[in-house]
Formats: sequence, structure tokens, C-alpha cells
Amino acid sequence: MLTFIDTVGEAIAGIKDGSTVMIGGFGNAGQPFELIDALLESGATDLTVVNNNAGQADQGLALLIKEGRVRKMICSFPRQSDSWHFDAKYKAGEIELELVPQGNLAERIRAAGAGIGGFFTPTGYGTMLAEGKETRLLDGKWQVFETPIHADVALIKALKADGKGNLVYRKTARNFGPIMAAAAKQTIVQVSEIVPTGALDPENVVTPGIYVNSIVKVA
Amino acid sequence: MSIQNSTTPLGRDDLARLVARDIVPGSFVNLGIGQPTLVSNYLSEEQNITLHTENGMLGMGPEAKDEEIDGDLINAGKIPVTELPGASYFHHADSFAIMRGGHLDICVLGAFQVSATGDLANWHTGAPDAIPAVGGAMDLATGAKDVFVMMTLLTREGVSKLVGTCSYPLTGVGCVTRVYTDKAVFLIGPDGVTVRETFGCTFEELQALVPVRLVPFDEKAAGAVVGV
Repeated sequence: MLTFIDTVGEAIAGIKDGSTVMIGGFGNAGQPFELIDALLESGATDLTVVNNNAGQADQGLALLIKEGRVRKMICSFPRQSDSWHFDAKYKAGEIELELVPQGNLAERIRAAGAGIGGFFTPTGYGTMLAEGKETRLLDGKWQVFETPIHADVALIKALKADGKGNLVYRKTARNFGPIMAAAAKQTIVQVSEIVPTGALDPENVVTPGIYVNSIVKVA
Repeated sequence: MSIQNSTTPLGRDDLARLVARDIVPGSFVNLGIGQPTLVSNYLSEEQNITLHTENGMLGMGPEAKDEEIDGDLINAGKIPVTELPGASYFHHADSFAIMRGGHLDICVLGAFQVSATGDLANWHTGAPDAIPAVGGAMDLATGAKDVFVMMTLLTREGVSKLVGTCSYPLTGVGCVTRVYTDKAVFLIGPDGVTVRETFGCTFEELQALVPVRLVPFDEKAAGAVVGV
């Protein structure tokens, strides 16, 4: 059931220790900073986090990592000029890393939301990221078997929601939002604006409300 | 014989200009982070090239300046960019379907090494203490119809980056079709590595630098000199 919640703290209150949490965003674009801050404050720990990156500078996901709340990162690009908190934890052996090519990451998330048990993809064939995985020659190309990534919770950021939970995003801040919303058991969305039902053009809805559980407006 | 087009090796911008000139009008193109991004400075309006960025956009414009900067509008290198008329946005799975599905005409990437059979190594040095980060490199290498590499031919130590077999961890197998370097342009195909043109060296001087058997470009057999 869809609920509208007043504060980010209440919105994330149900996230348990040991959860797998998808966090939208590519770099800072689309990253739900307010929800992440609330998750940090909640004290939830032993988390597996799915995001394209592993946090930047001293905000958002980087702080969750710094405070030792993240047991494992599933991402494509952890190492950046300002990923010092991840770098330190990784070098100290205090965080596990599952490195996934970005398109495989996206498709594995999509597959989870679409009820697909796995798929073959040419990406990564013949590389160390495909070691130990089943391969097949399909359509004249060697392909690697990849499995879906499911999550307990997705935290995403959208521009607007209507009363039915339909979402629209803004520019490249859309990135992982729509596929994470579908892949998680529970999807919590922070938006800049809540508009009346009927105010969004149905032709332009990007994420239908069926994928959304909780909405919180963030100033 | 291959054409010696310049008496000196090409600089980064000259190389970017050359790649830009070789992109067929109307193409959909992804430019990798770093040196390949320079190519966008030399694409002409008449070429009508549509740029793709893997974080979910077609019709990407130049880097944003001053009041144009918008945190929600960035490229794959997380640099603020602009949108051109006719731009479109889509989510990450669609963006990589565009790539993997063979819809992109060209991607231009940097490289640590390229092998004589077109294997690409550009994501990881393999050093035991390095934090690995792959991003979209493997998807780009596998998906685009043509994969162009831009790199200096030699390492700082003077070792050829065009090699028989890559010693660095691979990004993709047999994916590179063309290599643009400061000293020559190489075409990689079923017949081996052909030298299309050289810069500041003769074919023989180039061959002495590269541990791969090179084939001089045969203009008559090819009918026309591609892109020259």
C-alpha cells in the first residue's frame, strides 16, 4: 500500500540491520541525500548497498561507509578522486566489494524487478569479472550468465509524485531510479513536489505508482 | 604505402580533430572519459552527430558553464553538461540496452593496451593494491558497432601499447576496430593490423617500435583512403 510520510526519519524507520538497500543516483545526480542521512541516523548496520559508486566526499553514501554501516558494496565504479572513505575501508579489509560492469549492474537490477531468473550477456566475456561464470556461444557471440540483484529496500529520488505514487524525474538524475523502484520489496521515494492525482500526464509518467510504497516530500 | 601525413607526431588536440573528422555524419557516438572527450570539441554541426552518455541521455551538448551548471545534468564523467534540442533521457537499463543492443555506431575509448586482434585493456592495471573500478568500460567495448581507441603509442618508458597479447586485465575481447595514436592510425581487422597513416615517422620506423607485424595500407586495393 502507498503511504505518504511526513519525515524522512519515519520513512526509513523499518529498515533492519542486514538489509540489502538499493540507493539511486549516479554520482550526486539523483542521490537521495536526505533519506541516506536518515538511514545513517537510524543506526541500521550490516547493510549491503547497491549503487553505481561507493560514495563521494563527506556526504550521503560516503558517510554510511565511513561509519561502518556498510558490510558490502555492489557497484561498478567505487574508486574516484573523492571516494576516500570507501578507499580506506577497502584497504583495511573492512568492506566487501562486488564489482559489476555498469550495464550488467543495471540489467541485473532490471531483471529482478521484471521477474527474470538470469540472463546471458556479452559484456565482460573473457575478463576477470566473468571468471567462474557460465558462458555460452549465442547468436555468434560468447555470453556470460548473470543473475538478478534483489533488494529489501530501494531509496530513490524523483522530482514529482502524484497521489497514486506515479513518478517523474529530472534529467540525468533519473538514472537507476526506475529500475531500483521495481527491484526492491519496498520502495521509498523522496520528491521535491507532490502534485494532485491527475496532474501528471499519464503519457509522461516514468515510474508507475505500483512500484512505490512510501513517499516523503523533501524541501 | 601508408601515407606519412605529418612530419611530427600528433598532439592530443590534433588527434581529437582527426577522430572527429573520421566520424560518419549522422552517427550516434559515445565518447569515453578523458582524452576521447576532446573529440566533441571538433565535431561540426554539419556532421549532425548525436552524443550518448551512459548515465541516460542522447543529445548531450557541450560542458555547462556558469549559470548553465545543473547538478541533475551531468555526463558519465560526472561533469555538468548541457542538452541540445532533440535530447532524450532514459533510465540506466535502457541506456545500456542502447549500447549492448548494437544501436551505437561508434564509441571512442582510452586504453592501456590494445592487442593485434583487437583485445582491449583499459580498466585495471592489475596491481594488487589497486582498487578496481570498471564503470561502463566493458559494456562500451562490447556494444558499439565500432570501437575506436585513442592513446599514445608508447608508454612513458617507451614501450608499445599496441601489443601481441595484452598483459593488463582485459576489458573486452576482439572489440577494437581502430586505434588512433600520436604516431599512426591502425585499422584492426581479420587481415591483421593495417597502418592507415603515420605521423612523424615512416612505416619502417613505426614497425621498429611495435612488436606486431604491421601491414601498409594499400590505397588501390582499398579503393579510397578512408577518411583522409
